Amino acid sequence: MHAEGSISIWFFIGIALVVNGALILGAGLYELVHPPEFPVVLYQLHASIWWGAALFVFGLIYVIKFKPGKTAAHS
Amino acid sequence: MTPALLLATPSTLVHLSPVDLIIIVFYFALVLSIGFYLKSQANTGEDFFLAGREMTAWIAGLAFLSANLGALELMGWAGSAYQYGILATHWYWIGAIPAMLFLALVMMPFYYISKTHSVPGYLKLRFGEPARAVAAISFAFMTVLMSGVNMYAMAKVLQIVLGWNIHFSIWVASITVAIYVALGGLRSAIFNEVLQFVLIWAGALLVPIMGLVEAGGWTNLKAQIAANASSEYVHLWSTLGDFKNNPMGINWVGIVFGLCCVISAGYWTTDFLVVQRVLAAKDLRAAKMAPIIGAAFKMAVPFIVILPGLAALAVLKDPSGTLIRLVPESVATTPQGIAQGLHSYNDVLPLMLARYCGPGLLGLGITALIAGFMSGMAGNVTAFSTVWTYDIYAASIKKNASDKHYLNMGRWSTIVGVIVSIGTAYLVMRSASIMDYVQALFSFFIAPLFGTVILGMLWKRATPAGGFLGLLAGTLSSIGMWAWVYRDPSALRYIALSDAAKPMAENMFRALWSCIICVVVTVVVSLVTKPKPESELNGLVYGATVIPHEEHASLFHKPAFWAAVVAVVFVILNIIFW
Repeated sequence: MHAEGSISIWFFIGIALVVNGALILGAGLYELVHPPEFPVVLYQLHASIWWGAALFVFGLIYVIKFKPGKTAAHS
Repeated sequence: MTPALLLATPSTLVHLSPVDLIIIVFYFALVLSIGFYLKSQANTGEDFFLAGREMTAWIAGLAFLSANLGALELMGWAGSAYQYGILATHWYWIGAIPAMLFLALVMMPFYYISKTHSVPGYLKLRFGEPARAVAAISFAFMTVLMSGVNMYAMAKVLQIVLGWNIHFSIWVASITVAIYVALGGLRSAIFNEVLQFVLIWAGALLVPIMGLVEAGGWTNLKAQIAANASSEYVHLWSTLGDFKNNPMGINWVGIVFGLCCVISAGYWTTDFLVVQRVLAAKDLRAAKMAPIIGAAFKMAVPFIVILPGLAALAVLKDPSGTLIRLVPESVATTPQGIAQGLHSYNDVLPLMLARYCGPGLLGLGITALIAGFMSGMAGNVTAFSTVWTYDIYAASIKKNASDKHYLNMGRWSTIVGVIVSIGTAYLVMRSASIMDYVQALFSFFIAPLFGTVILGMLWKRATPAGGFLGLLAGTLSSIGMWAWVYRDPSALRYIALSDAAKPMAENMFRALWSCIICVVVTVVVSLVTKPKPESELNGLVYGATVIPHEEHASLFHKPAFWAAVVAVVFVILNIIFW
């Protein structure tokens, strides 16, 4: 009924993943350059970097695919 | 990101860095933005209470699941997995999947075709005003109380885990939920639930992955659990032959008939908090597909809830390499427990988060917990607002008012619901035992309500008097059994039919008996009272309703096909982890 021109929920989810992914990736890269005094278990796997990058990429796909004006709100 | 910037006190479980706080603040900003954005789309009662009935199957299905995926659920069942082992998975598989598929294929057509706004609304159509009144008043009352209990629990967890002030947590979370639900109604709640669902997975999925990596894979994890605890902890069914053979003190009868056939069936098919999400679907096919999609994801939830609890049994060690033993809450919170630095079972998920997650990841994990709390609270508040407005206010206080009037009532009742919830949270803060009473009270209504609704849908002969008296008898018998065991704990052996039964078995068997009593009373009373004419049962009862068929839909568009796929995977998983 008012779907035309509305913003899809998947766009909001894309935004959330892009921002969180970028912040986590940034924090991971910072830790790579400045290793923490008390690292977490399995620190050597650098989970922040690959997990943050994965969230960022998934989020970017959703942002592009569901950007406002391209899709209905409830798809 | 240096220790100097850490915000929590040394006694808290985890310490947040500035980037973690930015992630949490961003989450609050985003959910509020969604609420303000959707305000313009809640202009009618149908918009506000049923999201305009235009949600796709995916959105309705994920919201259906997310409304149940609260943080208490996440943390509580992760703790139960540590305490009882893989048996806790029953609450996600046999204690959910069959009921969700039954809702989709059998019950959803009647809820949807009857165009009811709520489950009590269906009872009004099928059994008349008295049955609706019992269901609506008990549901509305219990929903806001449960919301308050959850709110208090959330604030308590944030205090223990992060060191946050308990009043700050209650008010910030409550005001946020009140704003976005009062503005956008169910649509806003559903949109945020889908967002929260994604964040819960994004924040929690890393923990089991890292747990498996650290343990060296599933086979090594099982071996370490067997060495550290017991081999019983990794079997789903093989220890359920007798109450004495498993750490939960329950047998397969309680799990299959009490949990699967009554408690789970009652919760997933008649609790309006979850059913409301499916009623918002855009058509009957979407309404049938939504619970099936929810069921598919529900089967995966143990990966982020149960597996961290199991992994902790194997790998949760202090810096010296000594295994950390978690204890019951009642032990951890004693002065001796606090002095020794003991942690309770319920702390297992935050402990595992802190074990693997550095700055940023920790913030996302904590955001997942907060999102879980808020989706549960929003679910309670939207369900309360709908039942109050349509089934109590419009039915008994102000009939035939304009749609605009009911829309305004929905917005105000949302705010009032949150205020009552806050009041309940403070009441629980003064007396923690109230929490146990409220949770017990909620369990009184679910099992008999399922008996009433299912007979109403499947048996044309069920009469209004039968439905009302059956619901009443089932509820009163449940209260009676609870009071009996409360006064004399040894009475449990009569209710669970075994001397070896533990408290978990009481809930299962009490639900089973109360549902049986409800069904027996409904049948007996119906047989001696006058049924409704069949013409009044169209759209409400199997055999008197023409259900639209989907002869022309391809196999992949048929809900029954996807339900069969989910059912097959469900059976395979149970066999694998037998």
